[in-house]
Amino acid sequence: MSALRRFVDKIKPPFEKGGKLHMFLSAFEAVETFLFVPNKVTTGRVHIRDANDMKRSLIIVLIAMVPALLFGIWNTGFHHFQALGIEAGFWQMVWFGFLKILPIIVVSYAVGLGIEIAFAQMRGHEVNEGFFVTGMLIPLIMPADVPLWMVAVATVFAVVIGKEVFGGTGMNILNPALIARAFLFFAYPSQMSGDKVWIAGMTDGTGVIDGYSGSTILGQAAGNTSTFLNGLGETISSWDMFLGTIPGSIGETSTLAILIGSLFLIFTGIASWKIIFSVFAGGAAMGLLLNVFAANEFMAVPFWQHLLLGGFAFGAVFMATDPVSATQTEKGKWIYGFLIGFLAILIRVLNPAYPEGVMMAILLMNVFAPLIDHYVIEGNIRKRLKRAKVTAN
Amino acid sequence: MADVIKIKKGLDIKMNGQAERMYVKAPRAKTFAVKPADFHELTPKIIPKLCDQVKVGTPIFYDKYHPEIKFTSPVSGLLLSINRGERRRIIEVVVEDDGKDTYETFLKGDPADLTWEQIEENLLESGLWPVIRQRPYSVIARPGTKPKSIFISAFDTSPLAPDYDFLLKDMEEDFQWGVNVLKRLTEGNVHLNLDGRYPSVRTLASIEGVEINRFKGPHPTGNVGTQIHKLDPINKGDVVWTVQPQDVVAIGRLFKTGQYDPSMVVALTGSRVKDPVYFKTIRGASVAPMLENRLMDGENRIISGNVLNGKQIDPEKGYIGFSDSQLTVIPEGNYYEMFGWILPGFKKFSSSRSFASRLLTPNKHFDMDTNLHGGERAFVMTGEFEKVVPMDIYPMQLLKAILVNDIDKMEQLGIYEVDEEDLALCEVICTSKIPITKILRDGLRSLRKEMED
Repeated sequence: MSALRRFVDKIKPPFEKGGKLHMFLSAFEAVETFLFVPNKVTTGRVHIRDANDMKRSLIIVLIAMVPALLFGIWNTGFHHFQALGIEAGFWQMVWFGFLKILPIIVVSYAVGLGIEIAFAQMRGHEVNEGFFVTGMLIPLIMPADVPLWMVAVATVFAVVIGKEVFGGTGMNILNPALIARAFLFFAYPSQMSGDKVWIAGMTDGTGVIDGYSGSTILGQAAGNTSTFLNGLGETISSWDMFLGTIPGSIGETSTLAILIGSLFLIFTGIASWKIIFSVFAGGAAMGLLLNVFAANEFMAVPFWQHLLLGGFAFGAVFMATDPVSATQTEKGKWIYGFLIGFLAILIRVLNPAYPEGVMMAILLMNVFAPLIDHYVIEGNIRKRLKRAKVTAN
Repeated sequence: MADVIKIKKGLDIKMNGQAERMYVKAPRAKTFAVKPADFHELTPKIIPKLCDQVKVGTPIFYDKYHPEIKFTSPVSGLLLSINRGERRRIIEVVVEDDGKDTYETFLKGDPADLTWEQIEENLLESGLWPVIRQRPYSVIARPGTKPKSIFISAFDTSPLAPDYDFLLKDMEEDFQWGVNVLKRLTEGNVHLNLDGRYPSVRTLASIEGVEINRFKGPHPTGNVGTQIHKLDPINKGDVVWTVQPQDVVAIGRLFKTGQYDPSMVVALTGSRVKDPVYFKTIRGASVAPMLENRLMDGENRIISGNVLNGKQIDPEKGYIGFSDSQLTVIPEGNYYEMFGWILPGFKKFSSSRSFASRLLTPNKHFDMDTNLHGGERAFVMTGEFEKVVPMDIYPMQLLKAILVNDIDKMEQLGIYEVDEEDLALCEVICTSKIPITKILRDGLRSLRKEMED
């Protein structure tokens, strides 16, 4: 340890104020604090600190995403070979998926961190670790066949317009990863929706077997069918939906993998279980309501199946719980989560132009989160005022 | 008598170095100091000249804006030096002890027979008035006013806190005198708050003329701010006074004997103390004789007070704070830790379940140091603070109101109810390492300026 430390200390001086490489101080510090927890000590009246810090909290979120990522890697390979009609072994699928997804992750991190470091340097801050998580969220909500340049453009938009213009990490109103997704959804609709983009290699089309359909279940449901078929025309069971062997964005398909991640997040207390629980409750409530009317086939989809489809579970666990864009009061978290679930299913079913209702619902509730907090806090303020009046009388 | 008030939110930080319940004699210090910085927002004016003779109870400085509030010498001797800090602010007024203990004499008598004016004047003249703090702002109480109630928290739940049951043993009579004095200063109640974990046998359970309340729960249950919030919360315009137990005893002795008794019991605690014990000493004593041969080697931080609300002092030239009953010595944490942020953390204190120590050894006592364990970041995590603040307030929103200096919002969100020590745990657990108590003090300062100008 001390050898590396000595090396870091040796190369540090030029980065410090007045040094030749001062313009790279933020980048240097980012690497240095990654290697070593700094030697800073407390200065005020409170002399001790919890060992927990932002890096650790966010790495926990990253770890929680690993099951969904691993499943996504396999699933990408699985669907690719299915579409080509090639019998492939497990590791072959994983290797294909890995090669497909790794560049997306690399582009997302390289672009995002580059911008973060530049802004940190400009502001004279240390680099905030927020992009740790965003950088992985973006690939996981992309279709496997997304062009890399689109990932780069979306990341730039998300970090600059979604976050830095508001003042950086902690100040943004909307979830940056969802902004990336929404940006692509509206700017490049043909590449971000339809029947082809979800299967790696299908946009290109070479070698795909005749009649293979890469449509998602939600795509099929919007077309008002009651039985969902996979690419080969076989029926998809609820079990398939839960396991995630269905087409969809890279990390969103496996409800099981997401649930494993969510248990980890809830156990460590990093994500709010209140939000996760109430998103599911809200989704179930809306699903039930639609089931009662069941005016068309989509409305008749059993409410619990909705929770397994599309990005619902992923959104509930990894997107809605972003502490910066969510409500900040504990009471508010119940309302916020419930409305996300409720609206997500509403948009999904009643507005077929946006089968991905979850993204819309979360972004919408991000905007309303401060309002919800405002009313919760008003309640607290009123209680205090009332108390003051009672004692005054 | 009311039931025990149970408090659920909070956090007990278990540290090594609890003082053993025994007294050890240390050589008497040669110099003693009264530190204006021990009092918030105080601008001192020095009275005697250097090398003037003073007695125990001779005024050595007063409050520039309230000249009736005097601060007196804890020993007899000569005024040795006036130590200044940044911008020539007076930080210490030092008296060299002549060992003769000659006393100034003050009014003596049963407070029941004295008028309110006499009592107030006696406290002001003797230099004991400054032990009375007022909420909001936690500043010295303003003479000539009467608070809606007075609170005494007779137990402390902060890390390594002294055991007041032990510390106040055989002082019940003086304490009762002190309470009788305080009773005359308010039209409301004097609340004496005891530790609900030990029913009925507590030293102070027999005190009369007060409302005895019992509290049970993790830190900050012992904080007077928590207790006020539960019993008689502070609204805008309200003033509540608080006094610490040892200061109540000192007030009692003043009226009983007509002398300012500066004696104090101090617990020497912390993982860097060889044998943590209690000392009988004098207000403002130099800490060097007490620390001599009692500290372990290494870079130590000496804190007058506890780790959640204390001031760093110099091991050679430092003096105990005016009302502090505790000294804490912990190791400095100025080291680098490789990949410390991702290691399982078997030996590190954290309230987060992402640490192995929290999961495997929840009752372990830690040798905590002063490392920040990370760098300062923007507010990101939410819902953390609410878990350690047992008050019906929104700490994060309050802090943000302070950061934008929105006076109305601060008031609405309950800034009058909190002091630095009440939000100290927030600062400990804050993932973003934000200096919360400093922000709060800035807020209280600007609010007070707004209100009192």
